Amino acid sequence: MEIMLALLAGLLVAAGSYLMMSGKTLPYLFGLTMISNAANLLIFAAGRLTYGDPPLVPDEAKTIADAANALPQALILTAIVIGFGLLVFALALAYRSYYALGTTRMDNMRVAEPEAPAVPEEPA
Amino acid sequence: MLLVWPIFIPFATAVLAMLAYRSTAMQRGIGLAGALALLAAATAIAIEVAANGPVATQAGGWEAPFGITLVADGLSAVMLVLTGIVAVAVTLYGLTDATYEEERFGHHPLTHGMLAGISGAFLTGDLFNMYVWFEVMLIGSFGLLVVGGGRAQLDGAVKYVGLNLIATVAFLSGVGLLYGATGALNMADLHGRLAGREGETAIIASAAFLVFAFGSKAALFPAFFWLPASYHTPSFTTSALFAALLTKVGVYALVRVFTLVYDIDGTPIQTVLLWGAVLTMVVGVLGALAQSQVRRVLGFSIISSVGYTILGLAMGTPLALAGALFYLFQDVLVKANLFLSAGMARRLTGSEDFGAGGGIWRARPWTSLLFLIPALSLAGVPPFSGFWAKLVLAQATVEAGRFGLTLVVLGVGLLTLFAMARIWAAIFWAAHPRGDGAITARLPAMMLVAMVALSALIVYLGLSAGDFIALASGIAAGMLDPAAYLAAVRGGAP
Repeated sequence: MEIMLALLAGLLVAAGSYLMMSGKTLPYLFGLTMISNAANLLIFAAGRLTYGDPPLVPDEAKTIADAANALPQALILTAIVIGFGLLVFALALAYRSYYALGTTRMDNMRVAEPEAPAVPEEPA
Repeated sequence: MLLVWPIFIPFATAVLAMLAYRSTAMQRGIGLAGALALLAAATAIAIEVAANGPVATQAGGWEAPFGITLVADGLSAVMLVLTGIVAVAVTLYGLTDATYEEERFGHHPLTHGMLAGISGAFLTGDLFNMYVWFEVMLIGSFGLLVVGGGRAQLDGAVKYVGLNLIATVAFLSGVGLLYGATGALNMADLHGRLAGREGETAIIASAAFLVFAFGSKAALFPAFFWLPASYHTPSFTTSALFAALLTKVGVYALVRVFTLVYDIDGTPIQTVLLWGAVLTMVVGVLGALAQSQVRRVLGFSIISSVGYTILGLAMGTPLALAGALFYLFQDVLVKANLFLSAGMARRLTGSEDFGAGGGIWRARPWTSLLFLIPALSLAGVPPFSGFWAKLVLAQATVEAGRFGLTLVVLGVGLLTLFAMARIWAAIFWAAHPRGDGAITARLPAMMLVAMVALSALIVYLGLSAGDFIALASGIAAGMLDPAAYLAAVRGGAP
């Protein structure tokens, strides 16, 4: 099970990186979402993966040694909610920036950092 | 309960300011009251910490390490007080600088939301909780960056948001790996659990993720590109707030995590931080020299300053860490003052570009001092605070026998002086292109009050530097030997 999650996380990071390197705002954000999901899978795997083991403490024991740890799952939930909020903001920003700047290519967004004017040639 | 106030007050202020969205006048009143209350709460915590050492509160009564612990030690307390001072100064300045559009669309709620995130990050004793506070701070800063909606702002925001979100994912991955390896999130608990495990792959991987995450937030080389792309685009009020506090939260997180949680002495992480710091200092100051617009020069100078503080952390000796902390403290005030005075210069001359400004020194010599004091402090000219911070750092490099680093510290200081002199020459000293009569604007009193207060504090820090270096040394000693911190967290003091 861990191997499958590891492969899936790797696939998500690979695909996400590929999308992010396109240099356009929307594919960048989709790629970022994939990578943040890979991070969520990482935390999920960190808390042990068990199948059909209820997280109940047996009578004479103090801890549940075998069941999955519930805390990482709570962390993922928090991370998903935060990530969703950030994504919504980023999507709105992508739309607004396209509307205001007329491009989705980040390399062409040069309003804040205009390229230095070429040095004028000395008259011969 | 004391520790909850610096988080509760900004949140309450944000909500109240949101409810008063119809009236910008009311929002301003609420914003100023909130900033003053934050300063008062931070001061109360500082007094408590100075008297009794680190204090801790367990959220919801869950004992450490199971619940979320809020802890204030010397470093947290000083950073909170500085946050309060900057919040008040920037709010005063903003009373006459923020535009109607900004205020109508949430300048005040966003500012205080961001301040809540900053205070939370300084106070929390839990790594995942720190992630949450970073996000609170981040979303507030996103909003502040675009509010008003100019084209340059949107352009800068795309880069700021895009690069910061990568750091966020790295932070989360690092925390996840660390939890998987140790089963703990409480930083005091992690301190004990990680002892002797520095060489394990999972531990090193988590540390690498966290170095990248905090390094990006702190604008450490090579992950600083979001800063010069965005910091010069919003209003001066917002830029000053960002410049004074946001990168400092990243630096704080690096200092906290890599003294308390990980022991980096002799590990590859230390080498990475050391080279990162040196390159940050050098690249930052060279970038500053290449720019010809006031806030873009200052933006690169933030990067250079971050390098100084991380250099002290990476060296790891008590003296170096004390120098780094003193540098960090005084730099908060210096950066706020510099960006506010850039706004003042813009208001007087009508431009931020070198060549389009000038003449302030002749028209307003006294006002010019409000730029000159923080600029000389940044460059490290005695008797201002920056000089003493650099002196302690330089002394630490000599003490450690690393003379190459001494040269870097002094050389970057010299180049910083050159960068500040370029602003001084172009904006203050040179004649205005439209002649002597070009400067007619009157500066609002609140603006001057804010800047005079910050400049006075910088001069005060410089003149009584001995006391403050002793304070920083005490804090540094407490971080290198965190027995009191650990006891406060475990003991669950009120």
